[in-house]
Amino acid sequence: MAILDTPPVGSSTQLAQDLRVPTVVIQPARGWQALQLGELWRYRELLYFLIWRDVKVRYKQTQLGIAWALIPPFVTMLVFSVIFGNLAKIDSDGVPYPIFSFAGLLPWQLFALALTSAANSLVNSANLLRKVYFPRLTIPVASVLAGLVDFGLSFLVLLGMMAYYRIIPTLAILLLPVFTLLTLVTVMGVGLWLAALNVQYRDIRYIVPFLTQIWMFATPVVYPSSLFPEPWRTLSGLNPMAGVIEGFRWALLGTDPPGAMILVSSTVAIIVLLTGLIYFRRVEQTFADVV
Amino acid sequence: MSDIAIRAQHLAKEYQIGMGPGAEYGTLRDQLAHAFAAPIRALRRANKTHTPAPKRSSTHWALNDISFEIGMGEVVGIIGRNGAGKSTLLKLLSRITEPTRGKAEIYGRVASLLEVGTGFHPELTGRENTFLNGAILGMSRVEIARKFDEIVAFAGIEKFIDTPVKFYSSGMYLRLAFAVAAHLEPEILIVDEVLAVGDTGFQKKCISKMEDVGQQGRTVLFVSHSMPTITRLCERAILLDDGRVVADGPAHKIANTYLNSGVGVASVREWRDPAQAPGAEIARLRAVRVLTEDGEPVEAVDIRHPVKIATTFDVTQPGAILLPHHMLTNEEGMQICALHDLDPQWRKRPRPVGQYTSTVSIPGNLFAEGTIYVSTSLITLAPDIVQFDVPDVVAFQVIEKSVGDTARGDWTGSMPGLIRPLLPWTTTFTPIDQILIP
Repeated sequence: MAILDTPPVGSSTQLAQDLRVPTVVIQPARGWQALQLGELWRYRELLYFLIWRDVKVRYKQTQLGIAWALIPPFVTMLVFSVIFGNLAKIDSDGVPYPIFSFAGLLPWQLFALALTSAANSLVNSANLLRKVYFPRLTIPVASVLAGLVDFGLSFLVLLGMMAYYRIIPTLAILLLPVFTLLTLVTVMGVGLWLAALNVQYRDIRYIVPFLTQIWMFATPVVYPSSLFPEPWRTLSGLNPMAGVIEGFRWALLGTDPPGAMILVSSTVAIIVLLTGLIYFRRVEQTFADVV
Repeated sequence: MSDIAIRAQHLAKEYQIGMGPGAEYGTLRDQLAHAFAAPIRALRRANKTHTPAPKRSSTHWALNDISFEIGMGEVVGIIGRNGAGKSTLLKLLSRITEPTRGKAEIYGRVASLLEVGTGFHPELTGRENTFLNGAILGMSRVEIARKFDEIVAFAGIEKFIDTPVKFYSSGMYLRLAFAVAAHLEPEILIVDEVLAVGDTGFQKKCISKMEDVGQQGRTVLFVSHSMPTITRLCERAILLDDGRVVADGPAHKIANTYLNSGVGVASVREWRDPAQAPGAEIARLRAVRVLTEDGEPVEAVDIRHPVKIATTFDVTQPGAILLPHHMLTNEEGMQICALHDLDPQWRKRPRPVGQYTSTVSIPGNLFAEGTIYVSTSLITLAPDIVQFDVPDVVAFQVIEKSVGDTARGDWTGSMPGLIRPLLPWTTTFTPIDQILIP
């Protein structure tokens, strides 16, 4: 029986072998990690399959199927129109209240649903985390991107409503993809924070429903941000979703442009995403041990 | 020296165990509750001096200074008893968790298979799960599409490939799951004990597939409890014990070392120091011994002879009703049977403080040949609380030396099965000329 001994560091055999570069070096991570987004790109097929799985499975064994992507925002819009539009008579920047609220609900629902599924994504994939290696980022990223399918479907409803109210969008509609991207940046940033925290603290699971509810009322979904005088309107952009929703309304319905607010919102969204990425990378090595 | 595939240098992995100050808590609430309870604990400690201070959180080194090199194309078995660090090592090398110290260099594309069917979704069909699972294991879409027919044929589930897997039998599910895994083509394959699944026919198929993989010049790292499988598949084996490499060399030699030395599971295990012994408030395990009929310690038992398992434990608080019991498993981890202490003297009776030895007598001609692992536990009843539960605490060999007077009779070939009882047989005979033709 031979007991193999590794040559001490710096010995001649070691030097000879080091001419080959290891594919992977496994060692304890110290401090802040590089973001390594390139690795996420190498695993894009897995990302694609995870998104595909989420979409495929979401409405399995339901009677109404994908209609469930449309019913909640539509019914919410009806309820808001009755309560806030008809009873409370909240100002809607000169457009009919139903389409005013739906244009806000559209990005809001994308944000809220994607945030909920991202926050729970790692915990729900505990078994994968414990058994297979792949860049952990793929899991929350896939659950956010899967939300785009529902978003696309309710967007068709919005187009129908615009036709019904005979609203012709301005050229600003070309910026809609930018505002959608900003929604994704925001939800990804907050989602990464919550997903990673949820691994350690399961409280997050209970905080998320609250958070989305309270956050919605802090966001101009049922009311216009023009209710706030400047500089408060611009400052309300510190909530990135405020900028997003005002941007959506401007692009689709031709209400007041968000102005400086969108700059504030974009900056905050990018900061949240970057810190979220950095935090996620810092703790992801321990996911398998803790989850 | 040939090219290196894996080089591990002083790998170590530390886990937190116990619940005490500094231990990791699951929820924020726990942490808050812990913080609020601190003054109360302090008061209690001041009043009752004999109350032991809360157990401090301790750490456990699952792996401790592991170094080895594995050359390209080597097929290496990792052996060791439960808790020796085998699974932790595989997890480190597959990058699922990171080492606390040390470093490992991997040269080549790795696929690790710690479980079959990871990521299978019950609502998706066999076809969809094949693609999903393949992607999770690191195969590209093109690669899976190319091997798809081969995978389905290997699993033998052509008819059900478009049925959601939730309608599969567990056997079909495992076959498909393994078939996907078996078609991975990495340069380095890391496999946990996944072959101990499915029916024996399929197991054989999997093992021969593994042999093919090894012969194609791929590096394979393979964990198993089954020494026959290790010696058959691997040329080299590494024996781990208590997080360290204790032996490394030709597989058959190392397998023997494991089976015969105290490094493997011995037939006697004792805890001299009660503080180190496994146990909880009421009972503490002090020894488990495998004995002959005459009470002599024994490692290898003739298949015809009875054997005793004696469990010695301390009861430190009076009044509890105890249920000592064993679970016996074979070397593949298959459960043979559970044994509950039914001694009428103590059954349903509260026990005073003291030391007890519960002995169960197992008749000869009961188990098949092989290694039998004994996991010993004790629960106190009503409420049911586990006092100790020690997996694979002892083991013994059942050997068959003679031919003729055992259940195998004059047959010398292989005899499958977990048990091998010697049963009475009778035959009635009617001479040909007396058979009545109706």
